[in-house]
Amino acid sequence: MEEGSIEDGEKISRETEVAPALIAIHPLEKSVVVAVGSELRIFDLQGDRSITLLGDNSGGPLHTDAIRAVCFGATGRVFASAGDDKLVKIWNTESWQCTRTVSSEKRVSAVAISHNGAFLTFADKFGVVWVVDLEKDDEKAAPLLAHYCSIITSLDFSPDGQFIASADRDFKIRITVFPKKPLDGAHEIQSFCLGHKELLSACGYIGSFVSCLAFVHTSEYPQWFLLSGSGDSTVRMWDFISGTLLDTCEVGAQAELVESNGEECPRVVTDICASSDGSLVAVAIQRQVLQHFGAFLIIFGCVVLTCLLFRYCSLHGVMLMCCNFSARTLSVSKVVTVGESFVPTRLGMSCSAEHLWMVTGASNLPSSGPLAHVRVVSLCQKGLDPTVLEDGAVPGGKKLLEKLQGSLTAVKQVDALVAAAEAVKMAMRNLLIKREYSMEKRELRKKSRNDRKLKQIL
Amino acid sequence: MEDQKNNSGRLPRKRFYRARAHSNPLSDSHFPVPLTPSHVDYSLHYPYFFPSEQDTADDNGDVAGVSKAPIPICNSKIRFVDVGCGFGGLLVSLATLFPDTLMIGMELRDKVTEYVKERILALRVANPGQYQNISVDRTNSMKYIPNYFSKGQLSKMFFLFPDPHFKEKNHRRRVISPHLLDEYAYTLAVGGIIYTITDVEELGDWMRSCLEGHPLFEAVVEEDLEKDPVVKLLTSATEEGQKVARNGGLTYRAVYKRIAPQAVDKIAKSN
Repeated sequence: MEEGSIEDGEKISRETEVAPALIAIHPLEKSVVVAVGSELRIFDLQGDRSITLLGDNSGGPLHTDAIRAVCFGATGRVFASAGDDKLVKIWNTESWQCTRTVSSEKRVSAVAISHNGAFLTFADKFGVVWVVDLEKDDEKAAPLLAHYCSIITSLDFSPDGQFIASADRDFKIRITVFPKKPLDGAHEIQSFCLGHKELLSACGYIGSFVSCLAFVHTSEYPQWFLLSGSGDSTVRMWDFISGTLLDTCEVGAQAELVESNGEECPRVVTDICASSDGSLVAVAIQRQVLQHFGAFLIIFGCVVLTCLLFRYCSLHGVMLMCCNFSARTLSVSKVVTVGESFVPTRLGMSCSAEHLWMVTGASNLPSSGPLAHVRVVSLCQKGLDPTVLEDGAVPGGKKLLEKLQGSLTAVKQVDALVAAAEAVKMAMRNLLIKREYSMEKRELRKKSRNDRKLKQIL
Repeated sequence: MEDQKNNSGRLPRKRFYRARAHSNPLSDSHFPVPLTPSHVDYSLHYPYFFPSEQDTADDNGDVAGVSKAPIPICNSKIRFVDVGCGFGGLLVSLATLFPDTLMIGMELRDKVTEYVKERILALRVANPGQYQNISVDRTNSMKYIPNYFSKGQLSKMFFLFPDPHFKEKNHRRRVISPHLLDEYAYTLAVGGIIYTITDVEELGDWMRSCLEGHPLFEAVVEEDLEKDPVVKLLTSATEEGQKVARNGGLTYRAVYKRIAPQAVDKIAKSN
């Protein structure tokens, strides 16, 4: 009996493993890409047309398993996608042809392209970051650095190209000097940003994993800062050169103000999105409680906005925050509602930061198959509140939504959205949170080790 | 048995602290880990040098009957670390050789850590004023080194007779590996020394080649090795080393120095 339940806890079948829907925006907002399952859905905003991917030049097929990471290069000329099929594909964003396919030994969890566009890095589930020289065609990926056997959740280059930041499922954020010859490995660690921690709350266990990273900067200061979001319900601001923690924003406590139901529950920060001038930072949060779906999007404005704290009855909202560079603090400024059961799985923004793109969905749902639902928040009007755009007002209009979502109406079913949010949350828990066993179970596990079993049989 | 274990003042006996020789460094850990190096509680590890507030309030809270004079190394940080310290033989020898240096042993097996803790406490009682500079913590050094030591904090790291992990599949569990050396280079100050030794030839070759291939480490020349009093302890002080010596086995040693990255650039340019 006891043993059976242990086995259950350990085995997470591939069928229930779900990948969240992803979104990436061209830095000049020329195109938008949504990844759901193994499918890349691309809409060319400049040409106002949807793109159909036709195989590729490099001989390989399209992705065959869930895509886990997508990104545009800083100039927008290249796009990279990678995931569970252990393939990293590099696409030309003019022709949308795959120019190169790199195979990985393990499943890929994160990708990043260096700011000069010369190198592609990707991280696998064993915690190794690999680097590929994009200027040389047939070179293999070389190991760059490694976190000790911990899934790497996020990978990003500092905008000056000097450092590469990597975050993992434990709590570590490592800042490494990106070398001149990265194929020889990156051996000089600049700092570790440590501070995200494991907690036990009334509602259960909170993970300390770091889920997302974003570099921010304001023209008044020469220095760049790093923001990180974590399973411990916080967004933290770092001086990454020294690894010093500057400020911590408890998003759980902030969301409480809005919900005002007095219930304390852990919230996982799932994504951070910062405009390149640092004037705007958005954060997506997922609630770790069954049946309730809090959909929050917190926006940090770097200029201190006059905070208008609206009272929201609904759980589904967008929150605005301020980030003060001179005082080096981070705080909530405002919340904007998004809509019924919309829990963003990924955020995207172009350089101009006119629109904040959000996607929610999952690769595979028992009831409805893959699902992706896209919403856009308009941020451009100065002095006006950010507003969630109606379907018709979204850049690219309904045509874009039809391409990216696959349908205009099907995605609006609340049940489907709820199911998707739940599936994504469970998948994330299974992947990133350490399993706790009681002492008894641990002893039992030791007893049921394979070599002991053999002895018993003999 | 509990009585015998807790009989402070007498050295603990190993038979009460038997543990499996191997421990899986890849498994998720469920013991407390300091959040950052500044969260390492020095008053717990080195109460003689870092009296906690309670101790100072308590007038006669004397540690082993030693009167408390202001201690010169209070501001110091841990400088030596013995990774996988086992039963603590090296730490005990180093404690008297470098009485002004704080050092810590890291060990993953909790029973073994308990033994070393008891051993240090007993030594402190038996030798007033001595062995106050060594301590031990149960942790997974392969995962949590950056939680214990800040950049450039350490001056010596010891990896003596580590688990050889023969199977190729398990090479990533080896405590010396190209990627982990990056972390060791981060915690070691420039000029700091990494000492490795093993009785397994294959592992000896592996450790040497990892260190040789790393741009931030340089082999310590033979002359300096002879002058270094620590080198002799590598074989004589540890329980594993003594065992190898008893059986007349060979040992394979690799001692490397942390060098500055600028020097790396110069080498690259001259090539």
